[in-house]
Parts: sequence; C-alpha cells; structure tokens
Amino acid sequence: MEAVVFKDIKKKVGDFKLDIPKLMIKKGYITGFIGENGAGKTTTMRLMMDMLIPDSGEIEIEGMNVRDSGKEVKQDIGFVGEPTGFPEESKLKDIKRMFAPFYTSWDEKLFETYSKKFQLQLTKKYKELSTGQKKQFDLVMALSHRPKLIILDEPTAGLDPVVRNEILDVLMEHMQSEEVTIFYSTHITTDLERAGDYIVYIKDGKIMINTELNVLLEEYCIVKGSKDLFPKEIQKELLGYKISKLGAEGLVRSKKQAEELFGREVVYEKPSLEEIMILLASKEAI
Amino acid sequence: MEIIILGDSAIPLYEQIVNQLKDQILQGKLEQGSILPSIRALAKELKVSIITVKRAYEELELEGFVETTPGKGTYVSMDNRERLREIRISQIEEKLEEVVTSVKNIGMDLEDLIERITLIYGEV
Repeated sequence: MEAVVFKDIKKKVGDFKLDIPKLMIKKGYITGFIGENGAGKTTTMRLMMDMLIPDSGEIEIEGMNVRDSGKEVKQDIGFVGEPTGFPEESKLKDIKRMFAPFYTSWDEKLFETYSKKFQLQLTKKYKELSTGQKKQFDLVMALSHRPKLIILDEPTAGLDPVVRNEILDVLMEHMQSEEVTIFYSTHITTDLERAGDYIVYIKDGKIMINTELNVLLEEYCIVKGSKDLFPKEIQKELLGYKISKLGAEGLVRSKKQAEELFGREVVYEKPSLEEIMILLASKEAI
Repeated sequence: MEIIILGDSAIPLYEQIVNQLKDQILQGKLEQGSILPSIRALAKELKVSIITVKRAYEELELEGFVETTPGKGTYVSMDNRERLREIRISQIEEKLEEVVTSVKNIGMDLEDLIERITLIYGEV
C-alpha cells in the first residue's frame, strides 16, 4: 500500500527543475528524505502540500488527488516546515483556537498531552519561544488531528539531542497505528539511521535512490585504495567517488559489484548513512 | 524481557535483537507462551525502525523460537526448549570449529587452547 504516489511530476522554479516521473511512499512506515541543500526536498514537499502547483503531472495522497481535493487531503496531513503560518505575535492558546476548527478530527486531549510532554506554556507568544520550543509546538499542532500522513521538513535542524529524542519519541508513538506514514527530510542522518524504514535520495531535482534503509546500509559498499584505483571507465560505474593525492574512495551498489570491478585487491567497508550521503554527492578527482 | 542495542556495533540491529531474544528464551527468562511486544511497540521502545523489528521477529519465527497468530500477536514458541537448545548448541559447535581451525593454523596445541578457554570462561 502506498500513502503517496507521484506521477510524472515536473516543476520549474527559476533555474531549478524538479523531475519526478515516479515516486511511491509506503504506507505505515517512516521514509527519510535526504539530499543536499537545493536538491529539491522542500519543493517536493510543498508540491505534496499543494503549496506549489506542478507544471505537469499529479500527486495522490491517501488515494486522493492533491490538486482536486486539496481541503479533504489536508485533513489527513500533518505538516511541519516553513512557513508555519502561525502569527508571531499570538499566544499559543490563541493559535490553537484559530487553527483547531479547521480539522474535523481535532483531538483536544492529545493536544494537551503533548503540550504537557513538551512543557509548552500556552500563554506565551509564539515569538517568545526558543527554536526548540517552536518546533515542538509546530509538531503538536501538526499531530493533534491524528493525521495519517506526517510530512516533516527538517524537523530536527538546529535542535539539541534531548529535544530531537523527544520528537522522535512522539513520532514513534504515532507510528503505533499501521495507518500512519511519516515522510521526513533531514540532514541529521543519525536520527534516521535507526528509526527510518525507507530512504529517498534526491539530487539535482531527480530521485536517485528509493530503497529500504537496511538494504542501503548492508549492501552498499565503500571501496578504498590507492589514488589510481578508479580510471575513467571505472568512474562511470561508481555511484560517487573522491580521489585525493593520498588515496581514493568510491561507493558501489553491492559488494558483489565491487568484487567484479576490483577483485580482492582493495579494502571494502560498510558505509554509514552519512558516508553514503557524502559520496553520493561527490564525483571529484584532484 | 531485556534488549540492549549497540548503535555502533558491527552486528546489524535486527541481529542484535534476534540474538538477545534467543538467549533469553533458552535461559528461560522468556517463558514458553509469553507474548512479545508488538512490532511497532518494540520499535518505539528501542527507537529502531519497524522493518528492523519485523525482520527480527521473522527470523525468530523461521528458527522456531516464536510463533505468530493473527489477533494474538507474537509469543514464545511452545516447542520443546530442548530442541531449541540443541539448535543453539549446533550453532555454537560451528563457531568452535572455526576457532579450532584457526588454532591449528597457527600451530597451537589442545592443552594451550583449553587453558585459554578456561581463562575466558571465567572472565565472561
């Protein structure tokens, strides 16, 4: 079952081109969305939120066309990202009063439980909150109508480990239901390395990888050796590589492929998600 | 039930779960018929992915340690613990074979090996 389906989506924003012929996000799981700054993560998410209109193609969420049934779809989505739409000058309790009626399934009890958990003072103005508290409030607002799809754009950026852990805790709580799907972009790969089920990697507006995280971590393989390890014809077989004066390292899809290319003369290593991200972004030879 | 996950271990997360649950079942700490947490509950508790726990449970089921019935959940197999113990022992024997091969390769004698094992047995 898919929670989200992209069909032939194209979107131009200035010089930037997003091109997603097909992207499916599995229902009931956590999918991490990674890529460099400017790769198209936020644009992709804004298209899902109907905050941007695609030049062509369509997106289906929970079986509904985002463009055609925007309001209905939004009932099923919880979004954390910029812009929040929350007035800076307003008190938290007033923001809640403004936004809650929009949702038919708003759960006041849940709102109170989470506000307490995060120790949010509802009489404070939004602008008086710290970065961490703002994100926590954003999350509480996004979750209190028990959405089926939770879209999070860099929810943990700039937050300390304690707050990140609390946020992860609340998200995992929501995942107790098999109906709930989380799609979340992040730079902090350690958050994902344990809790993420699937990984979508975007580069220059194109989806390069969409796979199970375990597969990525267990099958992908880093090859290390001397600086002349990757001649031109080998370079094009690699997902990414770095060649310096001291040596070379490259990323291949499987250990089997690595052995076919290099035999047993090189060093193989199991990569971390961070190493995979760095190498995928790099094709450089010095 | 007790599970400790090491984030920087070379052993994959699902395997860490499998190993620890197996040990606890064999030691009788997890009794026959006792219900394991749901996949999603354990994932939340350990802060690991749902797929990881799913895979661990599938592996345990395949090896006969647990059973899953729809509606009831996953529980420790009612199978004879002796049989599971035998499986475990044969797995250990395989590992011992590896060790003995390495030992022979460097020309260490049996006496020396036993002495070392005795020492390690006392330490662990």
